[in-house]
Amino acid sequence: MAERALLAGLRDGLERLGGAATSRIWRLGFASRFFAHMLLHSGTAFRRFHLTVREIYFAGVLSLIIILVSGLFVGMVLGLQGYHTLQRYGSSEALGILVALSLVRELGPVVAGLLFASRAGSAITAEIGLMKATEQIAAMEMMAVDPIARVVAPRFWGGVISMPLLAALFSAMGIFGGYLVGVKLIGVDEGAFWSQMQAAVDVREDIVNGIIKSVVFGIAVAWIAVFEGYDAQPTAEGVSSATTRTVVTSSLAILALDFVLTAFMFTGGNGG
Amino acid sequence: MSRPPIVEIEDLSFGYEPGRPVLHGIRLRIEPGTVVGVMGQSGCGKTTLLRIIAGWLKAQSGRARVLGETLGALDEARIFALRRRMGMLFQFGALFTDMSAYDNVAFQMHEHTDLPPEMIRDLALLKLEAVGLRGAAHLMPAELSGGMARRVALARAIALDPRLMLYDEPFTGLDPISFGVIARLIRRLNDSLGQTSIIVSHDVEECFGIVDYVYMMSAGRIVAEGTPESLRRSEHPFVHQFVHGEPDGPIPFHYPAPGYAADLEAGAAGG
Amino acid sequence: MKRSTIDIWVGAFVAAGFGGMLFLALKVGNLASFSTDQTYEVLAKFANIGGLKVRAPIKSAGVVVGRVSDIRFDNESYEAIVTFNVDARYQFPRDTSAKILTSGLLGEQYVGLEAGGDGVMLKGGDRLRLTQSAVVLENLISQFLFNKAAEGKDEKDAKK
Repeated sequence: MAERALLAGLRDGLERLGGAATSRIWRLGFASRFFAHMLLHSGTAFRRFHLTVREIYFAGVLSLIIILVSGLFVGMVLGLQGYHTLQRYGSSEALGILVALSLVRELGPVVAGLLFASRAGSAITAEIGLMKATEQIAAMEMMAVDPIARVVAPRFWGGVISMPLLAALFSAMGIFGGYLVGVKLIGVDEGAFWSQMQAAVDVREDIVNGIIKSVVFGIAVAWIAVFEGYDAQPTAEGVSSATTRTVVTSSLAILALDFVLTAFMFTGGNGG
Repeated sequence: MSRPPIVEIEDLSFGYEPGRPVLHGIRLRIEPGTVVGVMGQSGCGKTTLLRIIAGWLKAQSGRARVLGETLGALDEARIFALRRRMGMLFQFGALFTDMSAYDNVAFQMHEHTDLPPEMIRDLALLKLEAVGLRGAAHLMPAELSGGMARRVALARAIALDPRLMLYDEPFTGLDPISFGVIARLIRRLNDSLGQTSIIVSHDVEECFGIVDYVYMMSAGRIVAEGTPESLRRSEHPFVHQFVHGEPDGPIPFHYPAPGYAADLEAGAAGG
Repeated sequence: MKRSTIDIWVGAFVAAGFGGMLFLALKVGNLASFSTDQTYEVLAKFANIGGLKVRAPIKSAGVVVGRVSDIRFDNESYEAIVTFNVDARYQFPRDTSAKILTSGLLGEQYVGLEAGGDGVMLKGGDRLRLTQSAVVLENLISQFLFNKAAEGKDEKDAKK
């Protein structure tokens, strides 16, 4: 009697696991078709560029404060922690290198990406989801205007354009923060700070790769944000859970992509 | 001389999932220039029918012709072209919340026409004037009352003078004055613009006052049709219950449940 | 929000963003030095390149005069062929020698050029004749141990 219940429970669990996996894969396929449709219909977002400009304002400009302040603090912490560690090996003059490389290669794109996902990504999802819940999307379709071209694509491109700019500003602020703490507060030699940094940070290897990372993250976050909004259940709970999903999925995507890109860019044979 | 019907539906069936049909064997004709009501209880399938007419859902069987086009055979581009000749008023207006009332009304003109801005302005103000809200043009949807929002949505829907107007429960949640205003507007616009209108509603009094013909639906089928007067006099049990608002009849008061005494006893025994 | 206000803010934002990137490129990275200068190619063969990587600096008298552009293996001589791009501003004699050195004790490896005395200068595509391979730690240790062992044996022989 007990075995039958156990077997039934096992079968149930497997069924649900399989169902969850297939529904995830189905959803990924749907998201990809959505992405392709959006790319094909992005003409409007560029021909009527003011639509995209508006979204750059809401996604980028309104995220500036959190990005700049966070960048400053992250840089200051790097300066502090970095100094205490380097000083044990007598290499405190390498502080500039530590701060700059950490920010430009990793922290800039990744942390700015995470902050962007939680601030702008969730806002985009909520906005589109709410438009869907209040039938505004349906109304637009009824007026023969493609909502993906008019509502979704400008928000996507606004996010993609904003991300690298925000990441660059984050890194720049961070280096300034590291400079403030390291040179001004602690007393590391200013000349050594900048000169060692400049010698070690390569524009092509580090800075450009960092920018490429932030563009990739921007595409990922923007895509997830618009898709979750568009696919949300048209109820209050639906929009709320879509917003949560955007932040969680974007964050995981950023971290996973970061690993893949880092492995690809910053390691490898004689060409590294 | 009769012009072809604006909407012609034969033996249409539809279900969201296979094996669970929501509409069965629907048959209706809507003559041009008329205001037709599709009425019934919540969940009887009337909104689904409206969506099929608007081209959102595809019927599994049967024929549907709207404005001369056969619905099943249309691709996305043709459906969009067809929708340019239709207008729809959504249940709560569905105004674009990030634009003013004026911008909402002018939306279709901006998107679909190349008219110069002054002309668009004149047309938009004309439509707002028709619904009596020209003075509220600059207000944002959040600043409008429910009735006003619905009137602006109506002005938006008629912006490009559509031949067919669809109204999805236009009277829901309105105060008595707004009720009357919307009802009168629907009739007047229909007649002055030479439109044909379909109203989906469960509001007997307001609807009967303005429609020329009514289709009554229950559980996915059309159970009765006729002019408002003929339905008022009808002896059909469902029609009678619906029109006169009786609490019990073919639509029972009690949700199906096992015997009351048995339920109480089971509760006492189970503890 | 009025359109013009939004445009101003977005314009400022984009300008600031590009400013940030420019700051990173110029003040933080080494864009200012060495990107679009004219260079000429020189080859050198090494028995062992150690940890030398592509884009490692070529220095002479401690000053960066070029970059390693390619590292390949010659299957006939079983040696490494390193190609470098030398800044066209600097001319080196044909008998210049190339050594693989390490910056600091555990730092990255680079190629040091020591100018020779020949009157004729290197041209693009020339090969340096004199090269010294990288110091490989294991060889150094085994050399040291071997020497020590040999010393010990000599002493023992001397005592006999």
